[in-house]
Amino acid sequence: MNADGGNPPVLEIKHGAVAYDRPVLRDVNLTVRSGEVVAVLGANGSGKSTMIRAGLGLVPLAEGQVELFGVPLPRFRQWKRIGYVPQRLGAGGGVPATVGEVVSSGRLARRGFPGLLRGDDRQAVARALAAVDLTDRAGDPVASLSGGQQQRTLIARALAGEPDLLVLDEPTAGVDAKSQEAFAQALRDFVRHGGTVLLVAHELGPLQPVITRAVVVHDGVIAHDGAVPHPAGHHAEPGHDHVHPHAPQDPPSIWGRE
Amino acid sequence: MNVNLIDIMSLPFMQRALLGALITGLIAPSLGIYLVQRRMSLIGDGIGHIALTGVGVGLLTGTSPVLTAIGVSALGAVAVELIRERGRTSGDIALAILFYGGIAGGVFLVGLAPGKGSANLTSYLFGSLLTTSATDLVTIAILGACVLAVTVGLRPWLFAICQDEEYAKVSGLPVRALNLLLAVMTAVTVTVAMRSVGLLLVSALMVVPVAAAQLVSRGFGGTMTLAMLGGVISAGAGILVSAGYDTAPGATIVLAAIALFMLVAAVGTALRRRRRAEPAPATACDPPECVLDS
Repeated sequence: MNADGGNPPVLEIKHGAVAYDRPVLRDVNLTVRSGEVVAVLGANGSGKSTMIRAGLGLVPLAEGQVELFGVPLPRFRQWKRIGYVPQRLGAGGGVPATVGEVVSSGRLARRGFPGLLRGDDRQAVARALAAVDLTDRAGDPVASLSGGQQQRTLIARALAGEPDLLVLDEPTAGVDAKSQEAFAQALRDFVRHGGTVLLVAHELGPLQPVITRAVVVHDGVIAHDGAVPHPAGHHAEPGHDHVHPHAPQDPPSIWGRE
Repeated sequence: MNVNLIDIMSLPFMQRALLGALITGLIAPSLGIYLVQRRMSLIGDGIGHIALTGVGVGLLTGTSPVLTAIGVSALGAVAVELIRERGRTSGDIALAILFYGGIAGGVFLVGLAPGKGSANLTSYLFGSLLTTSATDLVTIAILGACVLAVTVGLRPWLFAICQDEEYAKVSGLPVRALNLLLAVMTAVTVTVAMRSVGLLLVSALMVVPVAAAQLVSRGFGGTMTLAMLGGVISAGAGILVSAGYDTAPGATIVLAAIALFMLVAAVGTALRRRRRAEPAPATACDPPECVLDS
């Protein structure tokens, strides 16, 4: 199992292929070992999201197989060891939900079915909210939060389940700098306590120092697997999300008053 | 009219009608909230159409129409769920065929049944609360308790699958089983509501109280509680008004629910306007709602 001299693998895709109408992934091999922080990079439409979704069984593989914690996917039952953070919160039908309610659903993998919310469940939810700095928003409807705060809510939901492996799909896309920092801090704490991370990202930003390995997906195949590619001046890129605070505005009146 | 109303409400059949309506008002929104969250508000209406075929089967074979309606509408609800799970665009057409097939099949079968006229059909389409017998009431209470046990007892799990089905899958929840359970409970709710508001108006009592509640609530649990309260109030008010004015109880209940929705919407808007008009309270001590970072 430890033939490569590393820690045991927690997520493995072997010769994975995914095809919808056309092939999206072709013969992909990926091994994430315990304690690693792996970033999957690539352009939009490269298949990077599809790869991790296939790794969780959310997208069926046309060929190949997936193993989670050494167990083939069809026989895998220890879902409480995995915390999944989707790209965005499902819109829902307009029924409001509080931040606390959404984060509490992260405990379901650990709760008996059907079982009551116990003291340790509440504590885990409180810890997860604190880890992403949202404790004071627990009673607010998620729809009232900013995009970055909603993303942090989803991360708290995953953390509440106290997983061993965090899988995140573009956790920093369209997220303000404060949320990115809060997220990077939460991730550092998670890794320090022995967690493994697999995340899809468009750009790394403040996550850069936490990443131990980068996998670049290009056109459905893995084009690079190893050291984190050197950032090519993200601030200069057109895709860089640069937000300016708006100064208290007093637009000059056309009547010239004041 | 007041004395008259008290006289009317002292009649046992009116009391049974009131009790049946209150149970329906309680359970229909508790299930409807999940349908609304899934953007499937109108599915209850479709299941109601299918239930009519069940009624037809019951009348034709001489078995209890309630039982056959549960059976057929449960099968229909499971079919709807399987179509939803596939998520194909052609599913839309499949649902249309299923729903209209259901109502046409019901009318067809009722016509075949010996000595059953269209008056009988009307009582299922628009409800027949006033004919609720003591046995009917027991059936309604038992079925209602089953629905509540699921919708309230399994709320965290059903909330999870309706809020974010993929996350629920990765949490290892029995997503498919829960979806099918929800589908079957939708069928049971429809059948219970068939007695009070009728198959054509079932969906209103599932959806309208939820729509009213979510105008003022902040969370899912709060919405559910308020929606159930709203459903009970609508049912009670509807029965009293229908007794006073001798109108159809089912339609009156639904109108009461819509009136409640409009009242909540109007009050909510007025409150928001007043809050905006008032000078903002000293914000110095309050943390800002959001901060723009560079």
